[in-house]
Amino acid sequence: MEWLNPILQIAIHLILVILGFALGRVRETRHIRSLRQRERQPGPALTNLRRLPDGMRARRTVLCLGSVVIANDYYKAFGASLKHLVGGRLRTLETLLDRGRREAIQRMRHTARAAGAEIVLNVRLETSMVTGREKASGAVEVIAYGTGIITDD
Amino acid sequence: MLMSNLETVPGYRITKHLGLVSGNTIRAKHVGRDIMAGLKNIVGGEIKGYTELLSEARNEAIARMVQAAEKLGANAVVNVRLSTSAVMAAAAELFAYGTAVVVEVEPDAEAASQNPETV
Repeated sequence: MEWLNPILQIAIHLILVILGFALGRVRETRHIRSLRQRERQPGPALTNLRRLPDGMRARRTVLCLGSVVIANDYYKAFGASLKHLVGGRLRTLETLLDRGRREAIQRMRHTARAAGAEIVLNVRLETSMVTGREKASGAVEVIAYGTGIITDD
Repeated sequence: MLMSNLETVPGYRITKHLGLVSGNTIRAKHVGRDIMAGLKNIVGGEIKGYTELLSEARNEAIARMVQAAEKLGANAVVNVRLSTSAVMAAAAELFAYGTAVVVEVEPDAEAASQNPETV
């Protein structure tokens, strides 16, 4: 029965890759659709400038924050580890970070809008690995923060 | 407590600088969340448990920073910066720092809006 072990391992791996491919794709499509919808909604303007545009008067300020921890699926992690052999562009990781960043920005925008802010100044984006145990299957945390300005009118 | 990640608080004037204040916290994730996260590593997407864990921890780091500022007699913290770093395999440090200041409402708000940076 010893010879069955590697076959079983490969089979489990394959199942996880297929599962990751199918579910990961569904979840990604759903997430991107939700992002597009939220990005279209009206809300405060975002900028990484540090000063208010002329003609705006600040009444109150509030620190606005949005964060998300996002992970790659098994299929993409597997693909990325294969890509490591040849190097080059890791498109799957690009989309992952893009999704994380957009999500964090939308969450920040949501808190800013809830506070009644007209504009968010000095927006900063930061990314950090939060799980580093496994090679490619780690998760990244993205945070977005800025100073929301509530204007006079 | 007013907070901003600009050098000033728009609409206010800084009357006194009280120096750097910071707050940190290190959080370990627990096993239950780890198992869920392991599952999420198969299907991908947001790991809600971690998002909550880290944002709770970040709020605590910010609260500690605010506490330090209050102790100095500040009513605002400017130039707030946040950082996250994984210090161990299963723990992350959340760190918040900024400059504690005393501010008062800008009497000439029109001038403030023209150039909040130099106030």
